[in-house]
Amino acid sequence: MSDQSVENSKLVHIERETWRNFARKAMRNRSFTIGAAITLIILAMALISFFWTPFDVTKLEIIKRLKKPDATYIFGTDHFGRDMFSMIMVGSRNSIAVAFVAVAIGLVIGVPLGTLAAARKGFVEEVLMRFNDLVFAFPALLSAVMITAIFGPGAINAIIAIGIFNIPVFARLSRSAAMTIWPREYVMAARVAGKSSARITIEHILPNIANLLIVQATIQFSLGILAEAGLSYVGLGTQPPMPSWGRMLFEAQTMIGFAPHMALFPGIAIILAVLGLNLLGDGMRDLLDPKLRRER
Amino acid sequence: MRYLKPATRHIAKGALALLLSSTALQFAVTNSAIGAMKNSVTLGMSLEPPHLDPTAGAAAAIDEVVYANVFEGLTRIDRNGVVKPALAESWSVSDGGKAYTFKLRTGVKFHDGTVFDADDVKFSLDRARGEKSTNAQKRLFKAITSVDVVDAATVKITLSSPAGNFLFNMGWGDAIIVGSESAENNKTTPVGTGPFKFSKWTKGLSIVLAKNDGYWGEQKVLDKAEFRIIPDAAAAVAALLAGDVDGFANFPSPEAIPQFQADPRFTVMVGSTEGETILSTNNKKKPFDDVRVRRAIAHAIDRKAIIDGAMFGLGTPIGTHFAPHHPAYVDNVNKYPHDIAKSKALLAEAGFPDGFKATIKLPPPTYARRGGEIVAASLREVGIDLEIIPVEWGQWLEQVFKGEVKDYDLTIVSHTEPQDIAIYANPGYYFQYDSKAFQDVMEKLNATVDTEGRYALMRQAQNIISEDAVNGYLFQLAKAGVWNAKLEGLWENSPVQANDLTEVHWKE
Amino acid sequence: MLYYLIRRSVSLLLTLALSTIVIFMVMEIVPGDPALIILGIGATDETIAALRQQMGLDLPLLTRYFQWVSGVLVGDLGTSYTYSVPVSELIAERSIVSLPLAIIALTLSTLIAIPTGILAASKRGQVTDTGIMGLTQLGIAIPNFWFAMLMVYIFAVILQWVPAGGFPGWDQGILAALKSLILPAIALALPQAAILSRVTRSALLEALGEDYIRTARAKGLTRSMVLWRHALRNAMIPVLTIMGLQFAFLLAGTIIIENVFYLPGLGRLIFQAITQRDLIVVESTVVLLVASVILINFLVDITYAWVDPRLQSERG
Repeated sequence: MSDQSVENSKLVHIERETWRNFARKAMRNRSFTIGAAITLIILAMALISFFWTPFDVTKLEIIKRLKKPDATYIFGTDHFGRDMFSMIMVGSRNSIAVAFVAVAIGLVIGVPLGTLAAARKGFVEEVLMRFNDLVFAFPALLSAVMITAIFGPGAINAIIAIGIFNIPVFARLSRSAAMTIWPREYVMAARVAGKSSARITIEHILPNIANLLIVQATIQFSLGILAEAGLSYVGLGTQPPMPSWGRMLFEAQTMIGFAPHMALFPGIAIILAVLGLNLLGDGMRDLLDPKLRRER
Repeated sequence: MRYLKPATRHIAKGALALLLSSTALQFAVTNSAIGAMKNSVTLGMSLEPPHLDPTAGAAAAIDEVVYANVFEGLTRIDRNGVVKPALAESWSVSDGGKAYTFKLRTGVKFHDGTVFDADDVKFSLDRARGEKSTNAQKRLFKAITSVDVVDAATVKITLSSPAGNFLFNMGWGDAIIVGSESAENNKTTPVGTGPFKFSKWTKGLSIVLAKNDGYWGEQKVLDKAEFRIIPDAAAAVAALLAGDVDGFANFPSPEAIPQFQADPRFTVMVGSTEGETILSTNNKKKPFDDVRVRRAIAHAIDRKAIIDGAMFGLGTPIGTHFAPHHPAYVDNVNKYPHDIAKSKALLAEAGFPDGFKATIKLPPPTYARRGGEIVAASLREVGIDLEIIPVEWGQWLEQVFKGEVKDYDLTIVSHTEPQDIAIYANPGYYFQYDSKAFQDVMEKLNATVDTEGRYALMRQAQNIISEDAVNGYLFQLAKAGVWNAKLEGLWENSPVQANDLTEVHWKE
Repeated sequence: MLYYLIRRSVSLLLTLALSTIVIFMVMEIVPGDPALIILGIGATDETIAALRQQMGLDLPLLTRYFQWVSGVLVGDLGTSYTYSVPVSELIAERSIVSLPLAIIALTLSTLIAIPTGILAASKRGQVTDTGIMGLTQLGIAIPNFWFAMLMVYIFAVILQWVPAGGFPGWDQGILAALKSLILPAIALALPQAAILSRVTRSALLEALGEDYIRTARAKGLTRSMVLWRHALRNAMIPVLTIMGLQFAFLLAGTIIIENVFYLPGLGRLIFQAITQRDLIVVESTVVLLVASVILINFLVDITYAWVDPRLQSERG
């Protein structure tokens, strides 16, 4: 939704600002602080879950199932008697991992394609744009369903399905952003000096579009978490015994009448994670791009 | 964001209050299904039939709509699994069990107005066993050598060898009688002789049947019957609670059953099925070819946890491949009690003191997916690390069931065919179990006619497969029906997969 | 402009042709034999072979591809393997649910988004703006299937105002039909409205910053007059773009919501056809959807180029 405006924006270096100045501004930006706080909490939860969770999420104790939240099980237990809080902790790890790798796929493949198209134009650009159109033309969820029909459901395939959609997003963004940099004087100068377009891209283009990419990556990250939840909810994403927020909602849905805690907490976890990242992305956009900040 | 908080908190509080108070449910009851003289019924079902011709597909959903409602066969299976006359009024057996003469009912008309007679029987059976047949149960007709029309109301069927279950076979949905004029279009517009005629099919949503005024049998109470297709388990729960449907003959989510049991608006019927739910094991694949490993698995399995956890208590534990409600059933449940130490010892003896890694392929039904999670957790305790691979039915059929190489280690599936222990005699079956002793017993069984003798052999067969721990025997699948408390006449058990509506009616 | 139109049309056709190949190949490599799925575990090999022949699956790959594509070109979308009815009939049946649902959802989303977007833009930086933007963030973050689950429980199960799902058909009266579409439409509209509201706001703010607006202001027009007369009109372009894309998404991207409400829509048709390996249904339906998305994109691009000729050279 926002690449349009981002694309059209003028890009400004932040090198001029001192770090201290930047930090002070950041602390004053509400979106940034709230977003960063939520994101940090979820990241911390994921990290801690590697070493410690209140209960073992791989051990099923049927007799303890469907307990309402209490002092021992603060979020209650699920239909297999597992602690919901521990499940949500471990689930955060899964959401973050899937979304992170999917964003990385988008960046690693999309950015070179986009910058290449901006540098070369012509045939390369044409091919890239057709590929973009093709990927965008397939409704995302349908493609994910087809990918999992071939390879079978699982976290890896969810990553691939989400990652494929991140490629054109980053390719488009980096292409249009790079195109605004190419006509600049210092780029022209570098060109006259005989630098190759690859070198120009690395030395001049990439540093200038990095801010935009970081902001977009944050937003894609949050969309990735949402997409992973959706895929797992329809049974195509992460598979047991690895806990996943989307799957927890799937399991909860038939029991919502008598065990609403099973549906509420994973849902809130997803909302918080996505909200946190989106706020962070918005905040960063304001901070990194003064022109947009003025307008937004 | 500061200004957002009070509002959100308010909304969240409201939602929470609504959700957490289960009493809200009791108060807000307005039963949409009430109505003194209601003479239609809407039943939910999880799977949509691919088409409506039971002679051209295996899907249980086809029979669940049309069996005994739209189509009838020579015989029919009733709610207790007993063979009853249907289009054949009576029959006689001659030639040492090799010839069946059926006396047909007269005055029966198909829904399109054409008259039913012996030619239709010959046409239907020849079509089912013919070369171009796409009948999913072609083996039912294998024994038939000829179908002869004696006169308009008499048919003689000759068999190559006596078959004790021939009359039962003729009662299957795959053996229904179709009209020679209408058979071609039965997939989309089924035309049968039953008490209901096909009315409308909105693909992906519902199939509507209407009363057949010209029915040969007793006039039925219902004017209209609708089968609503609700594939999503949560949607099924909501549809029942909201009164969108009057019932589910086969309710998909056992976890919600206690909720309906506690609710006076609903009747919950837990009945039996012919489905032995087993942890199928690839007996040719290492290390599962070692009986000690299979026994170790049998000891590691916690049936109680599986039945409680996956099925919320619905289901009867089994120790062999046989329905517990059958008189010849042998209770082998305690042959391999849940015993971690014993299991580990057996594994160590087989050369796997630290366990091993394997895969378990799980088809879509809840019993398999949830049961598989519990089995995996149990086997982890004895050191067997199972990777869970969920598969669709298409993949399951191709990878696990069909093909020369059976590409699986373990899987969970419910074998719903009645009395199917003979599958263990086929070394090419996907268990790949090859036991001379078992095959001999089956051979003897085929040649035995007296009931006691047959039962003795069946017991022997059950003990052999228990002893060899061919598969992990988990539980007999239960049929959980949930319907409006005012609705009567639906089947409690599933001797065959059907929703026979002939006796369904609303209580005053 | 003509040259641009021709170039865009050629690339449109190219994308379409490519997509037919992609769809066909994907469905080819999906494991699972349709005949085997239909006949189940009791089937003999000869019955399976007979059915494969009946369905035309025994023909070589290329033959089948060209049969299918040439069929689609003349409007023959094939016959469903499982339902044994023409695919076009299935699509028509499903469209009378999916199309109205998409329209209602989009209308709802527009009705919420445009006013809130304008309001936020006109009160930029104020409490109202912050509040609306906060709500939109929340709207984006709420998984719609989760929201749908809660709505079903509250409005269908507890309050029993609307059915929990299903679709009675338009012949049962508009009201009954609308009643069963309202919850799914809300669930679908919520995130779309949030996105659209944000787009409206930023497009407006962007338009307000353009030179001609400054000129208009300099000429003495008040801020709100400028907003309504000039900025709004210009801001509508990105807003309409997003709406076009959202409509395309709503037509097919609704599988999950259709499942929650067991609505017989296009998304579920494809989902179901994939699991049943009803290849021809998947291929034909997906190609139609893809074609409509490509077409909408094409129209959007043409509109862009028409409004802003500079883009003709830039947008491939």
